[in-house]
Amino acid sequence: MTRIVRRLLYALALPALLASLWWLGSRGSQSIYAPPLSTILSVTDDVWTTDRLTRDVLPSLLRLTGGYTLAALAGIGLGVLIGTYRAVRALTEPVLEFFRAVPPPVLIPVIMLFAGIGDTMKVTVIAAGCVWPILLNTVEGVRAVDGVLAETARSYGITGVSRLRRLVLPAAAPQIFAGLRQALSIGIILMVISEMSAASNGLGFTVVQFQRSFAIPEMWSGILLLGTIGFLLSVVFQAVERRALAWYHGLRASKGSG
Amino acid sequence: MLDVRGLRKIYGGHGREVEALRDLTFTLDPGELVCLVGPSGCGKTTLLKCVAGLLAPTSGEVLLDGSPVTGPRPGMAVVFQEYSRSLFPWMRVRDNVELPLRQKKSLGRQRRHALVEDALEAVGLTASAGAYPWQLSGGMQQRVAIARALAYEPEVLLMDEPFAAVDAQTRAGLEDLVRKLWQERGMTILFVTHDIDEAVYLGQRVLTLSASPTVVQDELKITLPHERDQLESRADARFAELRTHVYAQIRAAGTRPAPTA
Repeated sequence: MTRIVRRLLYALALPALLASLWWLGSRGSQSIYAPPLSTILSVTDDVWTTDRLTRDVLPSLLRLTGGYTLAALAGIGLGVLIGTYRAVRALTEPVLEFFRAVPPPVLIPVIMLFAGIGDTMKVTVIAAGCVWPILLNTVEGVRAVDGVLAETARSYGITGVSRLRRLVLPAAAPQIFAGLRQALSIGIILMVISEMSAASNGLGFTVVQFQRSFAIPEMWSGILLLGTIGFLLSVVFQAVERRALAWYHGLRASKGSG
Repeated sequence: MLDVRGLRKIYGGHGREVEALRDLTFTLDPGELVCLVGPSGCGKTTLLKCVAGLLAPTSGEVLLDGSPVTGPRPGMAVVFQEYSRSLFPWMRVRDNVELPLRQKKSLGRQRRHALVEDALEAVGLTASAGAYPWQLSGGMQQRVAIARALAYEPEVLLMDEPFAAVDAQTRAGLEDLVRKLWQERGMTILFVTHDIDEAVYLGQRVLTLSASPTVVQDELKITLPHERDQLESRADARFAELRTHVYAQIRAAGTRPAPTA
């Protein structure tokens, strides 16, 4: 129990300190661009009403979920294919490196040409940006399946779908999760950016609207909300990862001690 | 039961060819426990993989019950040396043992579970069925690998230096386990090792391999009593004779000038 309390204290100490510094430093600030934190917090309740949450925050999160899910399916699926077959890898590797090097936001104008400015465009942008870390990590994970383990599976006639489900995917899971984690932060960034350039709702859209109408405290409160959402998503992600990769963390801990 | 005829394996590639196995011929009768012993680097693992159907020989053939082995067969199970890498770390012990059985479509769920329980009991790991492999000691992990092979009900069990990576006491226990399981279940076992004492202690016959490119250098019938005991058998004067004989053969094999192909 005391350990949990102590960990909680450690985790909260720095955020609390930073918030206090901000609070104190901004107290009595006359700058309209950097209002006091107290002002920002006082508008938060009025700005982020249930109505606004369903009108702006929910669509953003749905777009993120859609794009991220598509990217995960495509990334893992293609990654397994590319990682398994040497010929496919040799064929696709240079192209993949090129696509990975293209900064995803630059795709927005291009995708807009094809997909318009609706949800399809935003989901496509998020998926197009998220897919690369998932894909490349899956390829690496699949390639790195232990030779002895693969031979064991083969000697027991474990092939095809069974091999994929019980050998390849679990073995590559730590790498796949590393890719999913990178993709999550990219996804949040792209969610906001895609809503900034052409949209009629969404978190990114709202923040830009506030900024353009000089509702500065409201703009700041939007940024704080975005940060909080990102933080919560990462907490959820970590919880899922801990559960799914419990064996991996245990294995590593046992190697460290043995 | 198991016929190895004129087995030859040349690793090729990039203009450099390495002849690992030159010409190996031997036979295992049903229910026999035969040890293969040879100097390190003599291609023991290559031989075992060819027998298991994991590696295609350059020439020659392996016959199981008279039909050629061209790939992994349900009648054979392999226990590898690297136990920690041959068990699935994301599965509990029970699931590791059960996994190969899922490939045998004819087995019902109940039969599968019965086989798993039986195999775990045979190696003394019933209590660890719910643990992950990496929570167990090296010796216990190798027992899991043995249980997995047992549950598969192979006619021939192939063991590739299975105890090379465990400490001496654990090893003695595992050797006795192999003898016990062999006597109880009447499997045919091909046991590959680099340890002469282990080969003599375990086997009914010991085949000594030459240095690479490998041929069968010598064949020796082990004339020890059927019931073996780590202390008594190893103290037996005949044990010393037999191990000296094998040792001499290996030394002769090691210094044998490699004949040109």
